[in-house]
Amino acid sequence: MSFLQLKSLSKSFDDAPVLRGVDLSIDRGGFVAVVGPSGCGKSTLLRILAGLEAQDDGEVWIGGDRVDALPAKARDIAMVFQSYALYPHMTVAQNLALPLVMRDLTRIGRLPLMHRLDRRVAATRREIQTTVERTAAAMGLAGLLARKPKQLSGGQRQRVALGRALVRQPRLFLLDEPLSNLDAALRATTRTEIVDLQRRLGITTVYVTHDQTEAMTMAERIAVMMDGDVVQIGRPREIYERPSDVRVAQFIGMPKMALLPGRVENGVVRLASDVAVARTAEADQPAGIGFRAEDLRLEPAPTALPLSGPIRHIEYLGSEALVHVALPGLPDTPTLVARISAQEAEAFSDNVECGIAPNLEKAHVFGQSGRRLTTAPLAPAYPNDAAVVETAAS
Amino acid sequence: MTVLHPATVPASQPGPSVIPHARRSQAATAWLMVAPLLLGVCLFLLLPSLAVLALSFSDWKLGDSGFGFAGLANYRELFGDRVFRISAANTAVYAALVTPISVALGTWLAVLIEGSRFGRGFFRSASFLPVVSTTVAMAVVWEFLLHPTLGPVNLAIGLLGIPAQRFLSDAAIVLPTLAAIGIWENAGYVMVLVMAGLKAIPADLYDAANVDGADRPWERFWTVTWPMLGPTMVFVAIIALIRSIRVFETVAALTQGGPRRASEVMLYTIYQEGFMYFRIGYASALTVIFVLVLLALTLLKFRLLDRAAHYQ
Repeated sequence: MSFLQLKSLSKSFDDAPVLRGVDLSIDRGGFVAVVGPSGCGKSTLLRILAGLEAQDDGEVWIGGDRVDALPAKARDIAMVFQSYALYPHMTVAQNLALPLVMRDLTRIGRLPLMHRLDRRVAATRREIQTTVERTAAAMGLAGLLARKPKQLSGGQRQRVALGRALVRQPRLFLLDEPLSNLDAALRATTRTEIVDLQRRLGITTVYVTHDQTEAMTMAERIAVMMDGDVVQIGRPREIYERPSDVRVAQFIGMPKMALLPGRVENGVVRLASDVAVARTAEADQPAGIGFRAEDLRLEPAPTALPLSGPIRHIEYLGSEALVHVALPGLPDTPTLVARISAQEAEAFSDNVECGIAPNLEKAHVFGQSGRRLTTAPLAPAYPNDAAVVETAAS
Repeated sequence: MTVLHPATVPASQPGPSVIPHARRSQAATAWLMVAPLLLGVCLFLLLPSLAVLALSFSDWKLGDSGFGFAGLANYRELFGDRVFRISAANTAVYAALVTPISVALGTWLAVLIEGSRFGRGFFRSASFLPVVSTTVAMAVVWEFLLHPTLGPVNLAIGLLGIPAQRFLSDAAIVLPTLAAIGIWENAGYVMVLVMAGLKAIPADLYDAANVDGADRPWERFWTVTWPMLGPTMVFVAIIALIRSIRVFETVAALTQGGPRRASEVMLYTIYQEGFMYFRIGYASALTVIFVLVLLALTLLKFRLLDRAAHYQ
């Protein structure tokens, strides 16, 4: 059984549904990134998990216990907030100690000077101090214990927030966009640090982000949320290579996947320009056909390739280049973006005609409902399809 | 290639001489814009203050055609004056009652109302009403409420078995009674300021406190609300203190400082000396002392605020 389970969670704010029956399960020690555009409900999901918000319907199970009715502190979870939410009037040491003080000392024991009066309180205080020092050392905060959050850099504050979350060794670790307040360089290093930390401690982790790079690079599994629902869960590679929904395909991957208009007709997927792309067993319907930028090959005109058009723009990225090509042969003149090496890109320039050879085996075909359609490559093994290939070439 | 047309090329870089000139004209504009306010400040604040200071060294009485230099005579009289001592002591007692209680009550109201789910608008307006209503008009209502025989307050305490009190004419309880009215007036003001302070506390901090285990109302208050309100509270406390030292309307309308000067306060003494006995010179000396006290409190406020704001 999974360590964390969400069963058909739903939540509305003032009649506006934010979560529509979300199911999600995570194995013990797993690292799942919940990714989606802003407003998709991912933060609400995390808050419900944490016990900061109550769901309207559905169940939350952590480690085999149903925790719906438990307040946040009884769920044994820790959370890192986007703003870090450090207590500004407390030193780093006091910030780190607070969760332990609240858990290990009674209301009386927490009173000032109680450690002078009660030996047990003094012992607990000493233990807390040791734990805080150990955590601070592990997080590289050892020299900063006496500082206030205001005197720290963004990266240091972020580590204090992580430390405060981990100091009590929770069974579930929740992160809400923890890197979005850091600059790009620091974000990249902190990504690795968090992944290392998570692996070392083995704490089951849910990481909410709108940044697909974070999701792809950090998580073992990604849950893509759209409009209050988890649309697809899978390993990063699965999500990228076989997006189950057109919204996932367009959200994950840079540059955004362009959809070319097309249709399913008699078991063949065709672009609107009649070029055949793949075979399918699906019923006839309009279809959107997308390609990842790296699955497109460019050829200078004149060319016999099925797709061609003028180059609108070349983005030079150092080792590679993104070439934007308009396709006047298709309705509404969509633009495809091809990723080629910078060296190859030297053969092209703006406003010059070029041909595009998509890797048809890597075509992503989405039906009318936005669902991915199962396709098979056009294979010449079937004599019937030979005609199709010919049409394609014309 | 675009060839730059000579006309599009800047004729010359702005030379070093240009910049001071620009600065001068900028400064002139700035002075021009500040001028109306500056004029107002001089005419209505600085000049009258200086006039009061000057008059405090004179023996001028309202209506006199001339006046002479009195040196420090007014100040000497002031420190020997029994009325001044009584009025200063009364003001101190009044402020000592009104400030802490109105601050505590206002804070309590603010936290309570902000935390409640319903009727927020109503309670907010109801608590703020005493601040916006005219004190003198309200004094009439209080006079009726506290009337020795007809007043509902006496009827109410009568039900509890307490004998009727002459709230406004018993020297022993007149000051606490006025203080109660002052608290009623000031608590709403404190409440609004504290509410603004509460609004500025990031919601994330409460969430973090929840997750960290500080989720009972009292724990949330001590972990997040109170420390985050720190700078607001310093400000609020000193504003409330200054407001309570400036008490005048209720005294003038309800007790005229009586009975037997038991409710004589600073502003009322100044008013009497200046506008009843027309001793402008002496009233000015009193005013100078009064302003100095307020000034000291204001300076203290800024000092404390600078220090309290360190974690913001």
